[in-house]
Amino acid sequence: MVKLLYFARLREDLGTGAEEIALPQDVTTVAALRTHLQSRGGAWASALAQGKAVRVAVNQTMVQNTSSIGPDDEIAFFPPVTGG
Amino acid sequence: MTVIRIQTEDFDAGAEIARLRAGNPKIGAVASFVGVCRDVNDGESVATMTLEHYPGMTEKALAGIVEEARGRWRIDDVTVIHRVGEMKPTDQIVLVVVASGHRGDAFAACEFIMDYLKTRAPFWKKEATPSGAHWVDARETDDDAAARWGAGERNVA
Repeated sequence: MVKLLYFARLREDLGTGAEEIALPQDVTTVAALRTHLQSRGGAWASALAQGKAVRVAVNQTMVQNTSSIGPDDEIAFFPPVTGG
Repeated sequence: MTVIRIQTEDFDAGAEIARLRAGNPKIGAVASFVGVCRDVNDGESVATMTLEHYPGMTEKALAGIVEEARGRWRIDDVTVIHRVGEMKPTDQIVLVVVASGHRGDAFAACEFIMDYLKTRAPFWKKEATPSGAHWVDARETDDDAAARWGAGERNVA
């Protein structure tokens, strides 16, 4: 099971901050996971749409869309950061 | 030594600087930055601001930024304190203190740490304004500031 986390505007739009899912076998990259989540439709399709600025961290390190993911990873989706 | 703290309560910059300098005669310069909550942002008045973060990753990201600064400049102790939760105008948000033998390294590292924090550390601000509450948009100018140090990846798409 992968642990999925959502923060800030994304957490509000999706109506959840965390969930655990089993990764489908063909979902091996960040980009594929994003597409997989979009396929849920509704808020998932709009909040994670390709044009939207979404940042991703795998195991608490910021990564690119092409990064690979594994079955026990913690994967977080969030908007561009605005601290400081 | 590096001290990184994420906390809801306020901080005392003077006390933090004194603690960091205590008994270290090698320190010749201390540069510090305090980020403060403004009452206006993008033309709208701000009543309160709420800061959310990603516990675990935040500390890791900040530690990584400080390590990168240590690789670029000769610096000694570093303290980074970032508040989360609800804040109001005039409240302090963030403190960065860098001690070094000489001011050039302290100034540069302090600015570098802030520029990278703004574009890489997982914090998000939500402002309450007369037109409602909304999430603050990331700024291209913050990416430009980080790019001066050679940062490749941008925060804003």
